[in-house]
Order: sequence, then C-alpha cells, then structure tokens
Amino acid sequence: MTDTTRDADAALDAGSVVPITIDPLGGAEGPLAAPEKGEKARSLGSDAWGELRRRPMFWISAALIVFFVTMAAFPQLFTSTDPYYADLSKAREAPSPDAWFGRDNQGYDVYARTVYGARASILVGLFATLFTLVVGSFVGIIAGYRGGWPDSLLSRIGEIFLGIPLLLGGILFLYVFPSNLETPFLVVVGKVALVLGLLGWPSIMRLMRSSVLQVKPNDYVQAARALGASPNRIIGNHILPNSMASVIVVSTINLGAYISVEATLSFLGIGLQPPAISWGIQISEASGIGMIRAAPHMLIFPSIFLSATVLAFIMLGDVVRDALDPKMR
Amino acid sequence: MGKYVIRRLLQMIPVFIGVTFIIYAAVFALGDPTVGRCGERPCPPGYIAAFRKEYNLDQPLVVQYLLYMGDVIRGDFGTNFYGNKVLDELAQRWPTTLKLAFMALIIESVIGITAGVLAGIRRGKFIDNLVTVSTLFLISIPIFVIASVAQLIFGVRLGWFPVTATQGTWYQLIMPAFVLASASVAYIARLMRANLSENLRADYVRTAKAKGLTNRRTVGVHTLRNSLIPVVTFIGIDVGALMGGAIVTERVFNINGIGNFLFRSINTKDGTSVVGTIVCLVLIYLIVNLLVDVLYGFLDPRISHD
Repeated sequence: MTDTTRDADAALDAGSVVPITIDPLGGAEGPLAAPEKGEKARSLGSDAWGELRRRPMFWISAALIVFFVTMAAFPQLFTSTDPYYADLSKAREAPSPDAWFGRDNQGYDVYARTVYGARASILVGLFATLFTLVVGSFVGIIAGYRGGWPDSLLSRIGEIFLGIPLLLGGILFLYVFPSNLETPFLVVVGKVALVLGLLGWPSIMRLMRSSVLQVKPNDYVQAARALGASPNRIIGNHILPNSMASVIVVSTINLGAYISVEATLSFLGIGLQPPAISWGIQISEASGIGMIRAAPHMLIFPSIFLSATVLAFIMLGDVVRDALDPKMR
Repeated sequence: MGKYVIRRLLQMIPVFIGVTFIIYAAVFALGDPTVGRCGERPCPPGYIAAFRKEYNLDQPLVVQYLLYMGDVIRGDFGTNFYGNKVLDELAQRWPTTLKLAFMALIIESVIGITAGVLAGIRRGKFIDNLVTVSTLFLISIPIFVIASVAQLIFGVRLGWFPVTATQGTWYQLIMPAFVLASASVAYIARLMRANLSENLRADYVRTAKAKGLTNRRTVGVHTLRNSLIPVVTFIGIDVGALMGGAIVTERVFNINGIGNFLFRSINTKDGTSVVGTIVCLVLIYLIVNLLVDVLYGFLDPRISHD
C-alpha cells in the first residue's frame, strides 16, 4: 500500500474521509461525485466545469499537459537538431545559442534529447494508466456488482498485488525480464508499463468496487432492475457513469506518479536503456559528483521537464477532485 | 480486540503466500534465473543443468516453491556469485539503512505534522495555500531529482553538508535523510491538514466550544489527538516508500546501505542478491503493514468493533 502511487491516492485524496487506503478493513473510498442526471438547471457535471473554469491551476496544468503531449507526439516541432548527433569535441559545453541547454558527456544536444525524452515518459504513463483503468474498473465492477465469493476472491488477489511495493516490484520484474540493445523501443516501453499496470490495478479496483457498492443500493438502480434491465445495461447506463468520476481523478494523479516511477527505474539503470532517450537516463548520466560539478546543466534541464510533467498531471487530478467535491468549497 | 487481531493475522496468510509465490514464479518459472550468472554471454548448458539441480528447478513448481520458502524462513536468501550469503551482506549494511530511515521518519513526522496543523487551523489563509502548493511540488518532483539537485546545491555549491555519506555517520546522513523524507513530508502534511479540518467540523468540537473551552484546548486536546490516528498509521506503512526511496538516496549519496547494495547488484547482474534483497524487503514491508493494522485497531476502537 505504500509506494508512490498508492500514497498519491491516500494523501491526495484529501477531500474524502481520510483513512482510505490505510483502512485495514479494505476500506471504502467514496465516489467523489454522483452527477445527477436530467437536471437541466445545474447538474453536478456542469457545476464542476463551471468551478474548474475559474481556477487558474486547472488552466496551467491543462496547458502543460497539452504542451508535453505535443512534444511527445511531434518532437520535430520543437527542435530540428538530431538527438543522436554527437559532437565529442563539444562535450559538456555550457548552454549557448547553438545548444540552448548545453551539451552532455557525449556531446549530444541536451535540448534535443530533452524534447525527444518526453515520448518515453508520456507513453509509459499513458499505457500503465490505461491498463490499470481497464483492468481495475472491470475487476472492480465485477467484485462490487456480484458480491459474494467472486468479490472475496478478487479482493484477496488485489491485496496480494498491493503487498508488493511499486518500485521494488518494478525492479524485480524488469530484472528478470531484461531488455537488451536490440529490443525495440515500444517493447521496452510496453514492458515497463505492463509491470507498473500489473502492480497498480488493485488501487483502481478498490476504488471502483466501493463506488459500485455505494451506487448499487440507490432507488434508480433498483427500479431499473425491477423493470427487467440486464446487468450489462444497469452497469453501463447507471453504475458506470456514476462511479467514473473518482476513478478518473485518481487515474490522472497515478499517471503522474507512473511517469515518476518510470524515470526512477530508468535512473537506476533498469527501465529504458541508453540507446533509447528518456529523462530518467539523462538524469542518471548527469548525476555523480564529477558530472554535477562539471556540467550541472545536464542535470537541471531534464529534471525541470520531468518534474513539470509529473506536476501537471497531479495538479490536474487535484483540481478536478476539488471541483467535483462540493464539500470543499 | 483479540478477535480483530486474530482476523488480521489470518487475512495476512494468503497475502503472504500470494506475494512470495508471485515473486518466486516470476523469477524461477517465467523468468530466467541464470540471467547474468555467466557475465554478458549466455550460460553453457552444463552450468544450467547443474544450476537447475541445485535450485530444485527440475521439480514441479509447487514443490520448488515450498523448498524455497523453507530456505527463506530459515533466513537463507541464497548465496551470490561472490560466495557470500545474501543474508550476511544485508546484515552488514542493515544498521546504516536503519539509521537513515529512522532520521527520515523523525524529519517527516515533525515537519509534516507541524505544517499540516498550521494549514488545517488557518484554512484558506496564506499559510494554508503555502503548504498546499509546496506539498504539491514536493510530491511531483521525483526523489532522484531532489537528491541530485540537493547534492549539487547544498553539497557542491554551498558546501553546507558533506557531498557523499560513505561512512554513514549521523552528520553525513542529515542531507540524505531530508531528501528521503521529502515526499513523505508532503503526504503527512496533506493528510494532517485534511484530517484536522474535517475533525474541526465535527459535533464534539462544537460541544467543546459550547462548553466554553479555549480554542487552544479544543484543538490541542480534542481535535489533534483524533486527527493524529491516520497520520500515525501512515507513518508506519510509509516504511515501504522509504525502502524504495532509500535505493535512490543511497545510490546518489553513495551510502553503504541495503539500497545501494541492491543498486550495485542490479548493475553487476548479481541475480541472487537482487532477488534475495527484494524478497527480504517485501517481507519486512508486509510485517510492518500487519503491525500497523493491529496498532490501528488499538488507536481507533471503532475499527475493531465490527
């Protein structure tokens, strides 16, 4: 329960009742919002949007995310320098008009590599979050909706995966399934994302399960069932829309946390490997006393980009949660 | 109360078995346990055959697992290819890591709780916004960035602290401990703030105020103690995060502890040490979690009554 991601749920979930993830009884994290449907005047959804629009934090984080996602998708837009072009005679050169962020130990342009490094981080974060979102929601809905022994079984399985701290589990799995120089970029990215997703899905599952448990006894669900609606229809039309809000908030925050863990793994030399470009690798190459003394620019610039990306996602999740939770106003 | 403790202990058993089985299966059944044992090239078939025999890999998976767990319970985490027992390697480095973690726990409790209380009492005021924003930054900056930047600024540039902590003395560990505690400080501050402001709205606080108690007594005696319960348990289970963070912190500051041992084992492809260390750390994590759960039952009697 206690690594970056799950802490992020616990502590950032400041709005709801507090001992959420540390509740020994497999506690309930309340759905953050249950948007009332059909109310023309002011549904919770539009209410939240109105609240969001007024917050500068929302616009800052949204702009940062758009910026970094564009950078990940089209790095050519930001730099015309080849990130694989090394000029050893200019190694560790300080920032200059020629190379804005200076050059690294191999004479690579730090700016170009920082721009191209966005792709790995964003992809890992995105894939890992999608995995936890799909698997966690699916399992959570089954556990919450069916109850009984499927619920007990799935919850126990979730507890087992929660028992492995994210970083330690990541190190272990990536160590036993190593990548080498020939492994294609996307396979390595997929592997890291898969490991993070495998260890992370139970937190979404618990959230979804408790949301379903809170929505299920409501009258409109009972009415739909009495009218003969199939379980698929009840889940799709009633339970899912009412449970999604909290799951999406936590997933956004987790996305930031996964980017952070990916960079940490690459920093430790076990995530992405050097021919690939990633912020974690850049920072790893820049650290060490000699390098810090000789070329601090190698450390500072990728660090700023990495931290800003993580910050953007965590801030977005934070601000959306506050907007969805009327109690906080 | 007794029933609650026993139930928690029983619930722990499947988790314990599941976690160790997943790790075991990943390493010895799905993965290749001979990775790196012969340097950069694949191992010769004769070596693999001998290795499989020594580690019972020719037996069915369940039997292998039971034999392995038997070793682990006896404290045998394997022997690495330097011929040293992993347990001995860990025992040698354990005091340094413990010292670092202990300092980090003290730092995060003191700063985190103080900041959280200040923010919670002055909700919406300047100090509250300051705490909320600065904790957001602390949470977002990965620990290896904080470690490297702190080393650059406070170690190399300003020279306030030793740049590395190779001997692991208390003085040398000050900066690494602050770095290790940084993210948890933010979580504790946020948790404390949320708890406190939630509890300040509770009925018993209104009653206390109506009785004419001073604000100091209402907050200090009634609200603070209740708000501390989740924080205390958070600090307990934070051990898992500290262990992960210690790998990074010890690597950056070159501290000769368990985290650095794990890092070096990864880079020298010393598989037995990697797996042994992680199994050992995960077991510690699970046991601490269990203790915290039990402690929670004592601190908050409501928990154990259902």
